[in-house]
Amino acid sequence: MRLIIKDNQVVPDTWELLPKDATLDQLTNTGDVIVPLAMWLEHSHALKARDGRLGVWLDADEEAECIAEDLDSFAVIALNFPVFSDGRNYSNARLLRDRYQYQGELRSIGDVLRDQLFFMRRCGFNAYALREDHDPHAALASLQDFSEVYQAATDQPLPLFRRR
Amino acid sequence: MYIYDEYDQRIVEDRARQFRDQVRRYLAGELSETEFLPLRLQNGLYVQRYAPMLRIAVPYGVLSSQRLRKLAYITRRYDKGYAHITTRQNIQLNWPNLEDVPDILEELASVQMHAIQTSGNCIRNTTTDQFAGVAADEIIDPRPWCEIIRQWSTFHPEFAFLPRKFKIAINGAREDRAAIGVHDIGLNAVRNEAGELGFQVLVGGGLGRTPMVGAEIRAFLPWQHLLTYLEAILRVYNRYGRRDNKFKARIKILVKALTPEVFGEKVEAEWQNLKDGPATLTESELQRVSKYFVSPELESFPGDDAGYLDKRGSDKGFNNWASRNVHPHRAPGYAAVTLSLKPNAVAPGDITAEQLEAAADLAEQYSLGEIRSTHYQNLVLPYVRQKDLYELWHKAREAGFATPNIGLLSDMICCPGGDFCSLANAKSIPIAQSIQEQFDNLDYLYDIGELELNISGCMNACGHHHIGHIGILGVDKKGEEFYQVSLGGKSGRDAAIGKILGPSFAANQMPTVVQKLIDVYLEHRTPEERFIDTYERIGMDPFKERVYAADH
Repeated sequence: MRLIIKDNQVVPDTWELLPKDATLDQLTNTGDVIVPLAMWLEHSHALKARDGRLGVWLDADEEAECIAEDLDSFAVIALNFPVFSDGRNYSNARLLRDRYQYQGELRSIGDVLRDQLFFMRRCGFNAYALREDHDPHAALASLQDFSEVYQAATDQPLPLFRRR
Repeated sequence: MYIYDEYDQRIVEDRARQFRDQVRRYLAGELSETEFLPLRLQNGLYVQRYAPMLRIAVPYGVLSSQRLRKLAYITRRYDKGYAHITTRQNIQLNWPNLEDVPDILEELASVQMHAIQTSGNCIRNTTTDQFAGVAADEIIDPRPWCEIIRQWSTFHPEFAFLPRKFKIAINGAREDRAAIGVHDIGLNAVRNEAGELGFQVLVGGGLGRTPMVGAEIRAFLPWQHLLTYLEAILRVYNRYGRRDNKFKARIKILVKALTPEVFGEKVEAEWQNLKDGPATLTESELQRVSKYFVSPELESFPGDDAGYLDKRGSDKGFNNWASRNVHPHRAPGYAAVTLSLKPNAVAPGDITAEQLEAAADLAEQYSLGEIRSTHYQNLVLPYVRQKDLYELWHKAREAGFATPNIGLLSDMICCPGGDFCSLANAKSIPIAQSIQEQFDNLDYLYDIGELELNISGCMNACGHHHIGHIGILGVDKKGEEFYQVSLGGKSGRDAAIGKILGPSFAANQMPTVVQKLIDVYLEHRTPEERFIDTYERIGMDPFKERVYAADH
């Protein structure tokens, strides 16, 4: 089973991530699935009726606003990084946490590399599915790259100037 | 000058440690070239034609004797004994070894310097007026605001992977010496009718492939809201800026596509959610930062120094220098002095280790240990007593800093170009040198008067060619280097983008082309007109006719 980092620990991943072109009939009734946004928007009733737990994933060009009303339906929201240099989902993460008060698991997926983890954590991610060829055990250390930060973000809502 | 406390120090030390590990993993093959790229770029490290190039941050151009000495040491120990001042007030090393860069960062951290975010698609060094804090026409000292923005932007987690690089400039004087109109965000510190401090906000200016002057999206932003408002701009840009084409990824393209009005509305809507949040600036933070920029104790003089004025009357060489390189100061009896890094036959902005030390000594002796780098690629001593100017002039001459050409044709802005930079289409330094040779007669240069000539080796426009009165751009034509000339660019309050003169020229034609442009100006000018004024009055045609006439 694939390993991910969640809440500062390496744990097995129990969720199935469905690709963008997945269809509803591929789904089993039990099992924990993370569905693409389009499937959620089209089949929310059917998805909510399942017994398994539900997550949704947003690609970099999809907007947090689309699911702002539905956050209670999800145990996981995954945000995809098609390439690590595409930073749009850092903003989606902050909106989900700061503006829409999402409390569940927020996971980064896709081209997720160790040297981005510190930034991701600050934007509200608490789970990271590193790219397959990367060792999550080694990557754990990068969550602690800096011992102090200047600006307010999700993990530290007070900027340093209100704390120093 | 801002002094790091334990927090600031810890952050730069953590960075040096982090980068040491990243380099180790790269050299061990654990990080691919592509993965290492943004990591090294965000530490200012490029891989160039002959060696890596390391760009060291000089936040808003403020340096000290101690920092210059450290830089001199670094250039000797890790490089070839010289450095280069960039057009964004930073300092570049052209020949460091990759393996040494972690050590260099550690050395820099020991004098409160770093290379954080000097490259990459993130928020870059915030730049400002080189005369900040001393200019006679200053309304608000921009340096505390630059430092506040430096801290806010350093490792901002949401904006480390923007569509493209992002540059902020602040002006606080009547004249705009920070070129805020050609930055992604330009901030003009102003007071409203009630006397309250705030900022006029421009967005979407920039040079490069699609040069544009920024548009105002807010006439007055109360200072408390500076960071939340910047955050709103950056968030809108991060989410909606184009990422499919790097040539269309700067914020100016988004602002133009949406129109400044619509872009401004989006920012305003985003800001309503952030406004008055914890990132709202406090009076105590403003005071904490501002106290580092309080004007030092200066002697009080009744007015201009009589001895200085006498010397100007009796020594022509000194008077030339004083008329070009000495600038008005808000304190009576004081001056700001530009040390020219534009002697003939040296790449504009280059400075040797010996000169770095000489400048450190001059700053210590004559300017309270403080010195500035400028986007014109010179150095400035901000606190010089007028009565010391004559002595300073002699010493500056010995160190090669006294070329009396500030603001004249030979004080040109020039990027490193094809000699060093792997992005360049063409060399720029040899063009600068051939023009300097053509115009090496000082009396003639004085007669020509104020003229900004800017040279870039490629579209990226590091040499700011678009805003030169005369702009020169290196272009590649079937593998050969050619140069396109533009006229009428300006920085400052009424910033404008130059217009292309016509077909480009071979390198060896350039001195003659510039000569012809100058000839047309000298023939048409009225006594009070600068080159740019004459150009604006008579237009492009007379210049065009003269330059291209010989071809027929």
